[in-house]
Amino acid sequence: MRFIDEYRNEADARKFLTAIGRLVTRDWTIMEICGGQTHTLIKSGIDRLLPPQITLVHGPGCPVCVTPLELIDRAIVIAQRPEVIFTSFGDMLRVPGSPQQTFEVSQTSKVSRGAQDLLSVKARGGDVRMVYSPLDAVKLAQAHPDQQVVFFAVGFETTAPGNAMAVWQARQLGLTNFSILCSHVLVPPAMAAILGAPGNQVQGFLAAGHVCTVMGTWEYEPLAETYRTPIVVTGFEPLDLLQGIYMTVKALEEGRWGVENQYTRAVTRAGNRPAQKLLAEVFEVSDRQWRGIGPIPASGYRLRPAYAAFDAEQRFGVAGVTAQESPLCIAGQILQGLKKPHECRAFGLQCTPEHPLGAPMVSSEGACAAYFSYGRT
Amino acid sequence: MCLGVPGKILTLEPNPVGMTMGKVSFGGAAKEVCLAYVPEAQVGDYVLVHAGFALNTLDEAEAMEVFELLKEMGEIDQ
Repeated sequence: MRFIDEYRNEADARKFLTAIGRLVTRDWTIMEICGGQTHTLIKSGIDRLLPPQITLVHGPGCPVCVTPLELIDRAIVIAQRPEVIFTSFGDMLRVPGSPQQTFEVSQTSKVSRGAQDLLSVKARGGDVRMVYSPLDAVKLAQAHPDQQVVFFAVGFETTAPGNAMAVWQARQLGLTNFSILCSHVLVPPAMAAILGAPGNQVQGFLAAGHVCTVMGTWEYEPLAETYRTPIVVTGFEPLDLLQGIYMTVKALEEGRWGVENQYTRAVTRAGNRPAQKLLAEVFEVSDRQWRGIGPIPASGYRLRPAYAAFDAEQRFGVAGVTAQESPLCIAGQILQGLKKPHECRAFGLQCTPEHPLGAPMVSSEGACAAYFSYGRT
Repeated sequence: MCLGVPGKILTLEPNPVGMTMGKVSFGGAAKEVCLAYVPEAQVGDYVLVHAGFALNTLDEAEAMEVFELLKEMGEIDQ
């Protein structure tokens, strides 16, 4: 496939590895932001082929992983309602909610959470459907005027334009039976939180190429300046990541900092203007809870007041549903890059992709799933 | 978050709500994609698609940069 196969060439990969090996004179710690990058690095074995002086730390760029547990619980409550068709991308369907608990939805109404995750709500007769695009959810709302269609809008900036378009389209069509459960997070505030944390070890970043396709690279310039850190925007194929690592190591070795773009075939400094325009129309920046990390100010999106009618949390009154984390799961430390998945005592034992304890084992972008699937035990 | 797949635009269908749709081919498998965010894209262009939306057109010239760098590194070796 064009624009993919050529970036997986093994001979070229080895050339980059050799070049990196020649550049390195001391230890460096580099974080890749996005779960998609983590997966390519582990699957292709780049993490094992890099010179030993380079330590890769996996970042929190897994939107499924950082979605607060109470949102999963709220999704489960909404999905159990008979009038609801609950739609979502595949990964969210398998993230376990809080262990057995009864939610008090109102003074007179208790919902028993017998279900473990959204997929088990489906197994018990709930109408839960996997979709590939939020526009599919809008189509469902048009096709089923007597049902309430809810879309679980989880993602970083890459996914936000599509969700904005779905909400905008729903408003154009005058739909009263479509809403989104919103869990949108932003990359730059997370990077700032990591860089600003006491004891931060990360010296360089591989920034997420598809986030930057939408938002551009200019937002990262103040970060690079303030923390004197090289930030290289990369694509997701093996050669992209290797070139990105090469560029980062070169900058570190030469004592340079700033934003560089490896993924120039898809990313410009300004980003996608039409997408940014609709994002600003539909969403506004808000504080957000990051599961395992805690609250990060101005780190997410919520619907603007003009679009508040499309907010599922308000429509279904689930703000009172609170969560309880599994005591065994160390997802928070994984997401901050403090521990690696195989250092978790539940890894591969109580926690596997078949019966996950937490989100990083479920998500196709989760570090734990990557380590398990590609044999890093 | 970031599963974006390159595909080639086969058809363009402008629509009254201004949400241009189109058929995009991914190595032979064609899917319906919203092209509203790539208003300059033409049939035959490659776009990066995520969750049913084209987010950018792919620049062929820039795509070669990776291989230009490899060539330069190879020349330094010799």
